Amino acid sequence: MGKKLSLILDGFVKNNPTFVLVLGMCPTLATTTSALNGLEMGLATLFVLVLSNIAISLLAPIVPDKVHIPVYIVVIATFVTVLQLIMQAYTPGAYTTLGLFIPLIVVNCIVLGRAEAFANKNGVLDSALDGIGVGLGFTLSLTVIGIVREILGSGSVFGWKFIPGDGILAFVMAPGAFLVLGYLMVLFNKYLKK
Amino acid sequence: MVLCLTGVCLVCAAILGGIYALTFEPIRKANENILKASIGAVLPEGVEISEPQTHEWEGVSYEYYPAVKDGNEVAYAVKSTTVGFGGPLSLMVGVLKDGTVFNTSVLACTETPGLGAKCQESGSHFRTQFQGFGPDKKLKVTKDGGDVDAITASTITSRAYALAVSNAVAVVKYLGGEDVSVDSATGASSPVVIKEGE
Repeated sequence: MGKKLSLILDGFVKNNPTFVLVLGMCPTLATTTSALNGLEMGLATLFVLVLSNIAISLLAPIVPDKVHIPVYIVVIATFVTVLQLIMQAYTPGAYTTLGLFIPLIVVNCIVLGRAEAFANKNGVLDSALDGIGVGLGFTLSLTVIGIVREILGSGSVFGWKFIPGDGILAFVMAPGAFLVLGYLMVLFNKYLKK
Repeated sequence: MVLCLTGVCLVCAAILGGIYALTFEPIRKANENILKASIGAVLPEGVEISEPQTHEWEGVSYEYYPAVKDGNEVAYAVKSTTVGFGGPLSLMVGVLKDGTVFNTSVLACTETPGLGAKCQESGSHFRTQFQGFGPDKKLKVTKDGGDVDAITASTITSRAYALAVSNAVAVVKYLGGEDVSVDSATGASSPVVIKEGE
């Protein structure tokens, strides 16, 4: 049981996709303009990651080595399209905000990375747990970056404004994304990753 | 090898087909609701919204929804699209028959988050200033000599927004029998307009 739990916890600290593995930087930098956007992006990736990990751990034994990458891409793209359709139908607001970055989950290194590094060598349950762990780790990282950028850039958290007036505009734009990511990475590796 | 890849593709295609069929209705409904909500938000309460019609003005076709009260058309919700900073900016603009703007709402916006995208915040000063914007005032940003306060550091978005509203007002004025040219309408000198799907 302890081993199963550590599979999930590894995703937060030891295998944290953003601060340790430094994967999936494109959506990380682009969608963390606010805490809510970061959270939604993280959850969308979590959905794809868990399902693709499960499917790939099931398929791995029967897929010949030569075509394993194409098969994984097809599987991941299928789940992303499913997610896209579901979001369009039930959460149109989030779909409009995240727009292009939802289809881009297909080429997100975290999803393919976990498929290659974990899911094709491990069982279904372990792969699902790994997907949940890494997915939640990614969600948490994006949300934290989003919170910091939203406070500095817009003076609000999750849309709740507590500092009147305009924030520091740079933090809403690309330079702020790099700055916040860099400093959080330093703090994370100094204090959490032992 | 080939068999395996083909098999996986077939299964995936089947799954996608199924999900597409399942979500087709909800997606259509969700899109319809967004449109309905945006029309309802920009028109006075207690009016009946009739079927959409189109009107061509300055070479662009505008879709509009007449609002009927006691058998008379009292206002129109006009769908108006211009080019902002990050792509097309599509608005629903509610205009009363006399050319006064009732309210506006954003249908599609790809402006910079935190800057131009602030035009989507319905409670902001930028948005509320359009409510009750009379025909005596100029629908241009103050920088261009108009009466619209721009969003800080987002003049291009603000210009596009004001222009979209201005075009919508011009369409309504035309419907009311006034034949307006670009200049006399609301002072918009160079309409940047794009057609749907371009």
